[in-house]
Amino acid sequence: MRVALLVTCLVDGMFPDVGQATVAVLERLGHQVEVPLAQTCCGQMHINTGYRRDALRLVRRTVAAFEGYEAVVAPSGSCVGSVRHQYAGLAAARGDTGLAAAATDLAARTFELSEFLVNVLGVTDVGAHYPHRVTYHPTCHSLRMLGVGEAPLRLLRAVRGIQLEELPAAESCCGFGGTFALKNPDTSTAMLTDKIRGILDTRAEIITAGDSSCLMHIGGGLSRLRAGVRPVHLAEILASEPAKVA
Amino acid sequence: MKTPTPTPASASALTFLGMPTAPRGVGALRGDEPFPQAARRALADTQLRRNIANATGTIRRKRAAVVGELDDWAELRAAGAAVKDDVLAHLDQYLCQLEEQVTARGGTVHWARDANEANAIVTGLVRATGAQEVVKVKSMATQEIGLNEALAEAGISAWETDLAELIVQLGEDRPSHILVPAIHRNRAEIREIFLRRMGAAGGVPASPDLTDSPAALAEAARGHLRERFLRTRVAISGANFAVAETGTLAVVESEGNGRMCLTLPETLITVMGLEKIVPTWRDLEIFLQLLPRSSTGERMNPYTSFWTGITPGDGPREFHLVLLDNGRTATLADPAGRAALRCIRCSACLNVCPVYERTGGHAYGSIYPGPIGAVLSPQLTGVADNPSLPYASTLCGACLEACPVAIDIPSMLVHLRGRTVEQAGHEHPFERGVMKTAAWMMASPRRWSAALRMARLGRFLGRRRGRITLLPPPLAAWTTSRDLPLPPAETFRERWARRTEGGDR
Repeated sequence: MRVALLVTCLVDGMFPDVGQATVAVLERLGHQVEVPLAQTCCGQMHINTGYRRDALRLVRRTVAAFEGYEAVVAPSGSCVGSVRHQYAGLAAARGDTGLAAAATDLAARTFELSEFLVNVLGVTDVGAHYPHRVTYHPTCHSLRMLGVGEAPLRLLRAVRGIQLEELPAAESCCGFGGTFALKNPDTSTAMLTDKIRGILDTRAEIITAGDSSCLMHIGGGLSRLRAGVRPVHLAEILASEPAKVA
Repeated sequence: MKTPTPTPASASALTFLGMPTAPRGVGALRGDEPFPQAARRALADTQLRRNIANATGTIRRKRAAVVGELDDWAELRAAGAAVKDDVLAHLDQYLCQLEEQVTARGGTVHWARDANEANAIVTGLVRATGAQEVVKVKSMATQEIGLNEALAEAGISAWETDLAELIVQLGEDRPSHILVPAIHRNRAEIREIFLRRMGAAGGVPASPDLTDSPAALAEAARGHLRERFLRTRVAISGANFAVAETGTLAVVESEGNGRMCLTLPETLITVMGLEKIVPTWRDLEIFLQLLPRSSTGERMNPYTSFWTGITPGDGPREFHLVLLDNGRTATLADPAGRAALRCIRCSACLNVCPVYERTGGHAYGSIYPGPIGAVLSPQLTGVADNPSLPYASTLCGACLEACPVAIDIPSMLVHLRGRTVEQAGHEHPFERGVMKTAAWMMASPRRWSAALRMARLGRFLGRRRGRITLLPPPLAAWTTSRDLPLPPAETFRERWARRTEGGDR
C-alpha cells in the first residue's frame, strides 16, 4: 500500500525519531512510505484555541498535501482526530463546500498509527523486541475521539521482552490540552501530578502513548522531578528490534 | 392563542437574532475573576480537593454501575437528545401549549425576559400574599437569577429546604455543584455550620451535642426545616420538566423536602427555564431513566412530584409558573451552541471532568460549573462576559461520553473559543500575534523549515542542563512545572530530505 506519513509539526520539529520509527514499522510490514513535504501543521492548535480563520489556511494546505494517497498515517491520535472530526465542519462553517468535500474524503483515508496497523492492516505483531518495564497511557483523543480502543495495547502485548504494567486511572487526562497547559498552568499541573502518581505506582521505567504532545507533557513533568521514568512513543517501541549479531 | 407553524431552522434562527443575553448586575452567571486565577486559589484548598475528589469518585462509580446495567442506554440517550431537539426546534409551539394547559387548569403563567423581570414578578407575587417568608425547593433557575437576594431586598426571607442548599445558605456560601451544592463540604464542616448558624438564622437551633454522623446531621436538619414547612405559606420551586400536553410540572428529588414545599403551602410559585419542556408524558419515560442514573447513580430517585394547575381541597390554592428566558433564546440562535439547552442538569459531566474534579465549582464563577457550565454560562451571558470559561477544559471528551442527552461539549467549547477570539475587543493581543505569526509560518513549508531551524536555537537555552527548564513568554507557563527536551539537531524533514537525496529509498 502506498502510505503517506502525516508526520505532525511536533514530531517534525521536536521528535524526529518518532517519525522515523513510524516509517520503519510501516516499511518493515512491506509498505511504501512517502512524506509529502508540502505538509506543515494540521492546524489543530489554531482550531482549538479559537483561531478558525488562520486554521483554515492550514486545513487547506494539509488537505492538498495528502490528495491522492490511499492511506495517510500519523503517529498522533490528536492530529488524526482533528482531520477526521474537525476539518469538514470548519470548512463547511466557513462556506467552503469544495474544501469540506475534500476534507471528508481525507478523513476517510487518515488513520492513527495503532488503528491503521490493527484495524486496517490486521496486524498486531510487528516483530518488535523491547525488554523494558512499560506502562501505557491512552491519550484522550485516541481513546474518546477516535475510539482506538484496545489497538495500542494489542500491539504492545505482542512485543517480545516487554513487561507491560497497567496504569491506574489510565483514562484520566494528563492535563496537556494544547494551549490549556499554558492558559491554565495550575490546573494542568494538578492533573499532571495525579497522572505521574499513577505512572510511578506502576514502577515502570518507560511511559508510552500514541501522541508526542501528551508524552512531551508527561515527560516534561517526569524530567522536572528526575523521576527516573522516560517517555517513549508507541511507534518507537514498535520499531525496536532485537540486536543483530554481527 | 396563536398557532405557530413550524419554521425551517435558518428562519427560526433569524427570529431570535437580537434577543438579549442575561443582564449584568443580577444573578449568578458571572464570576469576579477569570477561571485560571480562581482555579489557582481553589487548587490550593486541600480540604476542597479531598472532599471533591472523594465525592465525584463515589458518584462516578455509582453512575457507571447503573448505566452499565442497561443494555439500551445508547438508545435512551439518543431518544433523550431527539426529544430535546424537537422541543428546541418548536419551542414557540410547546411554550404556548404549556401556557394554555396550565391556565386551563387554574394556574397563572408569567413570561420573564430576564433575571430582573423574573425577580420582579416573583417578588410581586409573594408581596401580594402578604407573606414575609418563603420556603424553597432546590432550584437552579432561581439561583441563576439571584432570587433570594432580590427577595431579601424586598424584606422577604427565603429559606432553602434542600439539605445541601440549606448547608450552603447557612454557611453564607455559594453552591459548587449543580446536584450537590455543598459537595465541597465534609461532615465535620457541616456540623460546624449547623451549630453556629441554625439558631442564628432564626430557626430551630441544632443540639449542642450534635455529632457529625450522617444520621445526626439529617436529624438536625429535619428539626430545623419541619418548623419552617409548617409555618410558611408560600413556596418557590424550580422544575425538572414541564409536560406541554397537560401543563404538568415535575420535580425530581431525593429527600422529600421538595414535596413538603410543593404540597403544604397555600401558594406555589415555580420558576422554570423555558427549555425544560417535554411534549408528552410518554417522553418522561425516557428522562426519568436518564436523569437519576446520570445524576445520583440511582435506578430511580426517591421522590418524583407532579402537579397540574390547582386541585381544590388538595395542595396549594394558587399556582404561578414563571417562564424564564435570561439568555436562552440568544443561545438558541446559535446552531452550533443551542444543543447546550438539551441539558437536564444531571451533573454527570461535572463528576467525570478532570478539571472540575480538581478545581471544584466556585472557580467557574457561574452557578453552572463544570463542562456544561463552560458552554452554557458564556452563551447565556454572551461570550464577552465569560471569556475564560470555554478555555477551562482540556477537551478530553469525558463529558460527552457521560452526557445522557449527548451534548457534544468539546466541540461546543471549541466553537465558543472561536466566538471569543472573533468578538470585537478580544483581550489577548499578544496571543493573537503569536497565533497569527505561527499560522503565517506554517502556511509555507519554506517558512516552516526556517522556523524549525530557528527553534534549534533552543538547544542553546538548555545546553548546560541537557534540557530546557526556563522558557521565555509565551511559553513561560510551560516551564513553571515542566521541562522541555532540547530541540533535535536535525528536523524530521531534514532527515527525510537527506535520505531521499542519498537514494536511500
